Amino acid sequence: MPFKRAPQAFSSSIKKVTIGTGDKAVTLGGANVMPLYTFDAPIENKPAIGIEVSDRGINGSLPKMAEYYAGAETLVDQAKRAAEIPGVDFLTITLDSADPNGDNRSVEDCVAECKEVCDAVDIPVAIQGCKNIEKDEQLFNKLAEALQGKNVLLLSAREENYKSIAAAAGLAYGQKMGAESAVDINLAKQLNVLVTQLGVQPESMVMNLGSAAAGYGFEYVASTMDRVKSAALAQNDSMLQMPVVTPVSDDAWGVKESIVSEDDFPEWGPMEERGIQMEISTAAACLACGSDAVILRHPDSVATISALIAGLM
Amino acid sequence: MALKGLDIFKLTPKSNCKECGFPTCMAFSMKVAQGAVDIAKCPHMSDDAKAQLSEATAPPMKSLTIGTGDAEYKLGGETVLYRHEKTFVSRDIFAVTVDADNFDEKWAEVSKVDYDRIGERMYVELLDLEFTGDVDKYAELAEKAKATGRAIVIDTTDKDAARKALEVCADTKPLLNGANADNMDDFVAMAQEFKVLLGVQGTDLDSIYDNVKAVEGKGFKDIVIDLGTVSVKSAFENAVQVRRAALKGGDRTMGYPSIVNVAKLAPGDLHMQQALASLFTVKYGSIVVLENLTYPMALPLFGLRQNIYTDPQKPMTVEPGIYPINGADENSICCTTVDFALTYFVVSGELERSGVPINMIISDAGGYSVLTAWAAGKLSAGSISKFIAENGIDEKIKNHTLIIPGKVAVLKGELEQKLPDWKIVVAPNEATDLVKFLKDYSAANA
Repeated sequence: MPFKRAPQAFSSSIKKVTIGTGDKAVTLGGANVMPLYTFDAPIENKPAIGIEVSDRGINGSLPKMAEYYAGAETLVDQAKRAAEIPGVDFLTITLDSADPNGDNRSVEDCVAECKEVCDAVDIPVAIQGCKNIEKDEQLFNKLAEALQGKNVLLLSAREENYKSIAAAAGLAYGQKMGAESAVDINLAKQLNVLVTQLGVQPESMVMNLGSAAAGYGFEYVASTMDRVKSAALAQNDSMLQMPVVTPVSDDAWGVKESIVSEDDFPEWGPMEERGIQMEISTAAACLACGSDAVILRHPDSVATISALIAGLM
Repeated sequence: MALKGLDIFKLTPKSNCKECGFPTCMAFSMKVAQGAVDIAKCPHMSDDAKAQLSEATAPPMKSLTIGTGDAEYKLGGETVLYRHEKTFVSRDIFAVTVDADNFDEKWAEVSKVDYDRIGERMYVELLDLEFTGDVDKYAELAEKAKATGRAIVIDTTDKDAARKALEVCADTKPLLNGANADNMDDFVAMAQEFKVLLGVQGTDLDSIYDNVKAVEGKGFKDIVIDLGTVSVKSAFENAVQVRRAALKGGDRTMGYPSIVNVAKLAPGDLHMQQALASLFTVKYGSIVVLENLTYPMALPLFGLRQNIYTDPQKPMTVEPGIYPINGADENSICCTTVDFALTYFVVSGELERSGVPINMIISDAGGYSVLTAWAAGKLSAGSISKFIAENGIDEKIKNHTLIIPGKVAVLKGELEQKLPDWKIVVAPNEATDLVKFLKDYSAANA
């Protein structure tokens, strides 16, 4: 007697959001089944992978990273190199040096450099700010204007600065924007409602539900995503149907396991390998919970996660 | 099918004899219906009625144990598909493959991974014994594996090899994996004879289903379902379909724990095995078999598992105490926050990043976040000063500078009164601002 299958395809689906232009444009979302459940119904757009490059440059103390990016000194060269990594769907620039508590680089410089990068690569581009609310607001406003026609994804607007970012990115200059909330389904929905009330189409925005590295409160990420996906699909909650983009790299490469030196923890083994495995574990778990795109930093992590996605589709 | 209290009540003697520990038969029946009490507690019910009821009130997924003594682990017994619906109960356990040729080398490496994380010992729970063709060598391998004290998976479909290994290590309650359509009679007989768990395999979901049904048909139910090694896609589908059929579809034939061998799904590729082990930790693996589990693999994987299997109703907490960061000593400044594990990790991570030596003082704040703990009265000037006094921190640490979370800046005045020889400093509201704050502070006070 064969096993009785009970496919769980829903009549609602995750909204489709396209970033970039031309042949290499990437569409996120579109699924009407729980994450990766291709056996319930075909998944139209596979989860995407963004490769992150920081305007502070790559971490040259990691031998494999240094080797991969050898000879690429400028952000533009590093971005071009990153865009060639097999399995990469879009590029993500992180404007770390804009942080007023750090290098405090000017908005003009950042915008000019991002424009240069966007002109140099042919894959879609997402841009992460420096996490400072006021600075990000200024950055995203100028970026939205300067990169008109590129259809970039700006990550991300938060409760404190969504208004002007939504006006510039989502309305005036036709870019895509991320809405970031702190690992809570209600906060996520509230922000989405606020942004769409300004007139931004749900098809022009993605959600960053917040993230955490494996072992660092990932249960909140997992349960928030579980709940968001079931509300979006089973209850047709249109304010939670935006695709989920999760910046994995920043958390994965920031925790103790990825940054303490081998001299201090000899039994833990090489630092770079620890960071890669942390990034892989976190990304795989995010995809299992419902990320429609993950942002990664290491070429080895990209290789593994893209093979994982291909294996599951 | 879940039974109602009234259906159960009809089968009781209705004598209110109280021998079950409840005042009335009705009260007892209601508890049984909720799954809170076992029907066997009623001494007067007929065996027929009990059998009928225990079948109907049995949990949708069987609970089993593998191993013995210190190395005994619970498998299965899950009742929900998503942890927020209630909680996951049996965390997945990890196995590393060993064979007759590589045992010594592998074990030397695997045994090194052994550490504590938030009160939980982290190590490889199982050894998966691969059969390489020589039956006697396989028995020796089982002998060696048994000597390690870890629980065992006998990973072979060869009946002679299986018997040899069982003769050596059956008393450690291993998992015999596994039975398939060809060897089923022998394997079920051996599992019954040696009283061990039996892994059941199949070429696809339908044949897994048929084989499990056939094993059940022989009266054996200590089953673990092998999710197969055909492809990543099919193993993942099987994991979801099996668990969903058991918990949502009410199909008892799928109501067993699972085993997934990611070593065979991605041979030689430890990065992919890591990705797969993480995937199956989130979605429905009970035993995950890897080729190796080095520190770089273990640190994220065990952390992820600890997170996923946290009961959502009970926050993770860290032990109260003094945690020196960046090589802090008695002359380093102090800071305090709550014992909620997430807060602890976020704050300690930023403190580490600052590079400033600092003593982190964690008092018992009920496992709440800073503001919640403050609102609940679990984090107050009284609780902090009491903790400092009771633990002799005045003497242990000479530098009497205490940095408090910005969100409870309101405590500053009262703390200054209660700890007159301490200097109280207020930190920023957000942990992300700590690095700059501490660097500036230590520069200004150098």
